[in-house]
Amino acid sequence: MTSDVGIRIEGLSKRYGEGSTAVDALKDVNMSVAPGEVVGLIGPSGSGKTTLLKCLGAVIEPTRGRMTLGGQVIYDGGWKIADLRVLRRDRIGFIFQAPYLIPFLDATDNVALLPMLSGQSNAAARARARELLEALDVAHRAKALPAELSGGEQQRVSIARALANRPPVILADEPTAPLDSERGLAVMRILDQLASQYATAIIVVTHDEKIIPTFKRTYHIRDGRTVEEVGDGRSLVGAS
Amino acid sequence: MISLAGRDILHSWSKFALTGLGLGLLIGVTFTMAGVYRGMVDDAKVLLNNSGADLWVVQKDTLGPYAEPSSVHDDIYRGLLGFPGIAQAANVTYLTMQVRRGERDVRAMVVGFVPGGPGEPRYLIAGRRVTRSHYEAVADLSAGFAVGDRIRIRRHEYTVVGVTRRMVSSGGDPMVFIPLKDAQEAQFLKDNDAIVNERARTANNPALNRPGVPGLLGAIEASQTSGRTVNAVLVRVASGHSPDRVAAELRRWKHVQAFTRAQMEDILVAKLIATASRQIGMFLVILTIVSAAIVAFIIYTMTLGKIREIAVLKLIGTHNSTIASMILQQALGLGVIGFVVGKIAATIWGPAFPRYVLLEPWDAVIGFVLVMLVCVLASTLAIRAALRVDPAAAIGG
Repeated sequence: MTSDVGIRIEGLSKRYGEGSTAVDALKDVNMSVAPGEVVGLIGPSGSGKTTLLKCLGAVIEPTRGRMTLGGQVIYDGGWKIADLRVLRRDRIGFIFQAPYLIPFLDATDNVALLPMLSGQSNAAARARARELLEALDVAHRAKALPAELSGGEQQRVSIARALANRPPVILADEPTAPLDSERGLAVMRILDQLASQYATAIIVVTHDEKIIPTFKRTYHIRDGRTVEEVGDGRSLVGAS
Repeated sequence: MISLAGRDILHSWSKFALTGLGLGLLIGVTFTMAGVYRGMVDDAKVLLNNSGADLWVVQKDTLGPYAEPSSVHDDIYRGLLGFPGIAQAANVTYLTMQVRRGERDVRAMVVGFVPGGPGEPRYLIAGRRVTRSHYEAVADLSAGFAVGDRIRIRRHEYTVVGVTRRMVSSGGDPMVFIPLKDAQEAQFLKDNDAIVNERARTANNPALNRPGVPGLLGAIEASQTSGRTVNAVLVRVASGHSPDRVAAELRRWKHVQAFTRAQMEDILVAKLIATASRQIGMFLVILTIVSAAIVAFIIYTMTLGKIREIAVLKLIGTHNSTIASMILQQALGLGVIGFVVGKIAATIWGPAFPRYVLLEPWDAVIGFVLVMLVCVLASTLAIRAALRVDPAAAIGG
């Protein structure tokens, strides 16, 4: 565990509904991910993975607990940030199960959109996009629309989009699900590399058995509770 | 910042273009309906302008001669000529009927006029004016006649010696101008069988066929076979006189009704074509609603097709206003395409309509503003749907 924390959650709980119909989706969850670290969040369907991801992504409000992002408390029994939209835009990167690129924007503009939304000039945003596409080895498809890209290329562009605003944390929701083993491992290599390169904490939700051994640390979630488990990342090293 | 709406339109331009084309054709129909109404009003004004009259003297208590039947004696114009402030007065008759052109019937308004007086067609596009007392005619171009054509009206044939343009009745029927005497005969004279029948009836009436009063029966029969009435007298007011004051004096002294140009225009526009304009107004309202429904449906469907992308946009921090603006711009873009297509379509097919279609530039401006307003309203449904998308929908299966 590093002292410098990318994201930390303590005693996080989420309850849906009230009274006899209430469901506790998360129960006192604790988690900590350091900058440059990629951790896996693993669990069966209905275990609370997605709920946890939504809480971390400031999309739904936890019932109680505390969340710290890049050293700043963002939730402590209530949101400590006035505009969650700005928080999501500038400080959290999202990678989805499917790339969900904007179909009418080319690869460059899909990545540049976020910096532009943050107020950067078009030129600066596109320069940042080109830099990321270069880093992800898809610069040659910079002008291609999502429909013209392969599944792997689309996922790389979506990773570049997640990194566009240099967020301290990236939440990846089953990013390898639509890919075959080889491409899935390639995506994990990229995430591992980018986490180190950009000092970003990356949480990967997955139930892909092939990539689970690639994590140095995993959090197992079952019935809304997490259990930390240490791995060795051997598969990933072997695959690279 | 990237124009999301512009990019989306460019990305799916064929869908936009086809949708815009369909909407444009509907907008074109709307413009045409407005043009038909404008054409009706303009026809009425042209009808009044081309008559060259300042006053219409008609039967008392009627709104003749265009809106109601009117009959005045054909010698009343002589009295009018002696009236202060009147420069010219001429009899005129109007009769809408079927005239024959070869083997074909043409519906026309036959106008009887006095050559050189008010009511004579003022502008010819071919041929010459009527110079003979009988059996010459000037016909409107829209009736399909050309100089030299023969027209059959009742029992007589007329030679078209001149062709005029934009001379139609308030009902849109082309006008055929013939000398007044011929028109009176066509309008008031009965056919031979009717005359023989009427004579027999009169002869068998002891009150009209008195043995002690020779010549009475002949005088009555003569009066029955000659038309001594016209529908109106058109008057030109002498310079320096007010048509309103002359009309007021005529109404006071002459036991007739006199209408000024403004009053006659009001009768034609506000009364005669009032029902037609309401009809067209209803069409315009329905077409506007249908256009709004189509834009709303298309924009709503297109938005529903992008729900996941909208969820992603919201999740990554896009302002609601940016998303609303994207949908609004697309609706407005569709409106602009529809407006351009509609304006072009109406301009192309307008002249093919049997009635005059007047497409006023100001109507186009109002139409553009209305189309934009309709698009704004129509997009609200889609914007509402987009704003209700939960960004959390982007996360999870």
